[in-house]
Amino acid sequence: MSTHLDDPRIVEFDVRTDEMLVNMGPQHPSTHGVLRLVLRTDGEIVSEVTPHIGYLHRCAEKIGENLAPRQWIPYTDRMDYLAAMNMNLGWALAVEKLMKLELTEKAKHLRVIIAEMGRIASHLVGMGAYGLDLGTFSPFLYAFREREKILDLFEMACGARLTYSYLTVGGATHDLPPGWLKKCEEFLDQLLPIIDEYHTLLTTNAIFVRRTAAIGVMPAEMAIDYGCTGPVLRGSGVDQDLRRDGEERYTEMYDGYAFEVIVQRDGHYPRDHNYPPVPESAVLGDCWHRFYVRMLEVMQSIDLVRQAIDRYSTTKGTIGEPAKLTEKLPKGEAYLETECPRGQMGFYIVSDGTSIPWRARARSSCFSNLSVTHELCRGCLLADVPAIVGSLDIVMGEIDR
Amino acid sequence: MTGQAFLDRLKKRFGDQITGANFEALDPWIEVSPDGLLAVCRYLRDEPDLRFNFLNCVSGVDYFEADPKKAAKTGWEPHLEVVYHLWSVPHKVSLVLKVILPRWKDDAAGQLPEVPSVSGIWSTADWHEREVYDLSGVFFTGHPNLRRILCPEDWVGHPLRKDYEMPLEYHGIRGR
Repeated sequence: MSTHLDDPRIVEFDVRTDEMLVNMGPQHPSTHGVLRLVLRTDGEIVSEVTPHIGYLHRCAEKIGENLAPRQWIPYTDRMDYLAAMNMNLGWALAVEKLMKLELTEKAKHLRVIIAEMGRIASHLVGMGAYGLDLGTFSPFLYAFREREKILDLFEMACGARLTYSYLTVGGATHDLPPGWLKKCEEFLDQLLPIIDEYHTLLTTNAIFVRRTAAIGVMPAEMAIDYGCTGPVLRGSGVDQDLRRDGEERYTEMYDGYAFEVIVQRDGHYPRDHNYPPVPESAVLGDCWHRFYVRMLEVMQSIDLVRQAIDRYSTTKGTIGEPAKLTEKLPKGEAYLETECPRGQMGFYIVSDGTSIPWRARARSSCFSNLSVTHELCRGCLLADVPAIVGSLDIVMGEIDR
Repeated sequence: MTGQAFLDRLKKRFGDQITGANFEALDPWIEVSPDGLLAVCRYLRDEPDLRFNFLNCVSGVDYFEADPKKAAKTGWEPHLEVVYHLWSVPHKVSLVLKVILPRWKDDAAGQLPEVPSVSGIWSTADWHEREVYDLSGVFFTGHPNLRRILCPEDWVGHPLRKDYEMPLEYHGIRGR
């Protein structure tokens, strides 16, 4: 299905098809939640896509104006529910920036461990669900098998399996239980060889490559113009990762860690692992590259967690105490973005000097990533729409907030 | 470039359109008048040593206190702010722009205040401005498709306004 017709008008001339409006969603297996796409099609060719969002809207920002920052943490869980740990971290850092709160070394290493484990779990779902979009069921099951083990680890750490509220303003609610690090290392040892299986199942699979290579090509300028971030931006060859380029309060967590931003430079991806080669049919910025960046980031996160475990176990001291609920916020405002699995998640907090924020704003990464759909889908085949939307790896809870 | 030098440069070029700045804030911000917004934004995006080609976020903040006792202590007149968080991908720097608007145009309740749309400068502003229009009630003039995005199209009011009242009922669904 990767063959694009050179000129759709030729078909029209030959067959004389009528334009048709096709409604995809809001309940559709390949729209990743309650997303509704209205497709204007001409035979098999899609001429226009209009996304309709808002089915999961809860006005979380309004709720945030009535709660203390720590009480809003559970609501951030429910935004990107596949990477709830990273959401907690983003809000906690924004509030800490406003409060000028300094964390202990140990808490920072703990946060790196947890955030990168969250990234692995999220990318595993992203990978499995993308396979599902393209019609292969087994990678989904394999991915969930591994993710289940990460959820077990998180459950051991904080008691919850999906909405953790673990990382909070001032550090984390409590330290890791004894024996957790050993279990985590065992899991990583076991995961590493399995990634190669995933590469065989999807990345280098001939059908998968034909369904994704050179489909939905997004040039770097378009990605920047539409505010795309995360793997979607890096898949287009833009060298930006907030773990390296972000604000000091966020990048200092990763100070001294060895990692290279996953992006294609001079036609090559980083060579720190044995990655499968890029197929010849793939074009930079297509669905395949976005998927590939995610897969490579799993390897990168495994490395980062290992480094963080080393540092965490050799750092003396405690992880500190979480901020008190009644603590007054200083007057002012702060905006901070973090690199979440799906892109840059920003939180903006405005305070008038009381313990409850005047305004809490969440800048969603998927919201911007999804807004590019109509550009990517223009002129593609109907069957490629799920491939393109799936490659953006969206979570509707985060878009609708 | 230091904050003051940057501000002087902008002031030299745009004069009165730059209405204020704060460099002591955690995220230093520059205040622009609604009339000058488009020119300033285009300049910030296209100037080779600035290149603010990435728009992170557009947010609307409503400054309104219904309680007269508390309102006397706030230190500000009721107003609306539209905040633009910009980022330069080549230079890795951020910048915050603010536009101050009245809560209602011509002080007539229900008339949304107007600000020019920057969706022609950064495409990402398209959806972000729709969201601000939907939730905070700001009308973006020149926007190609200013419809509600998160709330249903027949929703009444703008939920992130501080004086918003939750409807009692919506299509037979109880609200409160």
